[in-house]
Amino acid sequence: MNIVQSISVWLIPVTIGFILLYGTFKKVPTYEAFVEGGKEGIEIAFSVIPYLIGMLVSISIFRASGALEYFMNFLEPFIHFIGIPAEVVPLAMIRTISGTAALGMTTDLIATYGPDSFIGRLASTIQGSTETTLYVLTVYFGAVGIKKMGDALKVGILADILSFILSFLVVLLVFGR
Amino acid sequence: MVNIIWMMMAIIGIGFAAVNGTMDEVNEAIFKGAKEAVTISIGMISILVFWLGLMKIAEEAGLLKALGTLAKPIIKRLFPEVPPNHPAMGYIVSNMIANMFGLGNAATPMGIKAMEELKKLNGYQDVASRSMVTFLAINTSSITLIPATVISIRMTYGSAAPGEIIGTTLVASALGTIGAIFIDRYYYWKRTRRGGRKT
Repeated sequence: MNIVQSISVWLIPVTIGFILLYGTFKKVPTYEAFVEGGKEGIEIAFSVIPYLIGMLVSISIFRASGALEYFMNFLEPFIHFIGIPAEVVPLAMIRTISGTAALGMTTDLIATYGPDSFIGRLASTIQGSTETTLYVLTVYFGAVGIKKMGDALKVGILADILSFILSFLVVLLVFGR
Repeated sequence: MVNIIWMMMAIIGIGFAAVNGTMDEVNEAIFKGAKEAVTISIGMISILVFWLGLMKIAEEAGLLKALGTLAKPIIKRLFPEVPPNHPAMGYIVSNMIANMFGLGNAATPMGIKAMEELKKLNGYQDVASRSMVTFLAINTSSITLIPATVISIRMTYGSAAPGEIIGTTLVASALGTIGAIFIDRYYYWKRTRRGGRKT
């Protein structure tokens, strides 16, 4: 456990140190290159704004109106029928749309049912093994100005559903109920 | 498809609010959502500038190329349209590594750079290329070695073994990534079979 924690803490500083040393060794003007590369970051951050505002406003309307909750209640019996606990269904659904909301839900599930309960373990695994697909799509495509996403959205959402089901099966097999 | 989903979320939401009497909440949410988007974007500046600056050093030192070469056997199968020594490879690999270690804020700048390179390869079109779809499929189902955030939440709530979900997360996300690649390939196969554009 401590090893895992230390890897996370050491990783970034060690990476920075390595890149700086290697760059100096290869005679790269490190500071100048850093500034030059960094400038791009400002431009990217600003170009993402309209995409993100559009997406987040639409998602906010959908959530605040109660429509999302309605759809979740509607779907719950079907998913419960397969044996997946109803409590984690909202998490699985919101994970694709909003990262902060999902993290809040995971925390809430862990706090309510305990981290070592079936639901707690399942919520932890879902949170760790899925991504906020809609956010990633918006930011990545928005930053470079891709307007037609092609099959990316379909593929991403199907992959999310698959990851959710896989999380359930793996937790069930490893820990039991 | 994005246009439809985007419009539908807003329209269904507004319609729902009209029926359910939650129009006040919706009003509030519209401007909160817009504000949140700006906060996220502006907040991203520090991370983007920092990592893109650092990656520029790595690129000029030839580190990114080396990384791309190292992972070539796997990557070239996943991205057959990207030339083996193209800078996109290095960014794709560093994005994957950052994701594996749960370094979300380092993954984003590298992912954006990878996208930029893939767009260059695609002749600066505003249409997602085959490689972009594959990249996003892998990215959104990314293999996670250390789910650091989740572990810290579990510790906060007194788990007897906060790290016990590392194994399940690794297996679930690895299988998920393999599945995502198959889903991606299936849609690619459907596109080419139809005789449409291959991108």
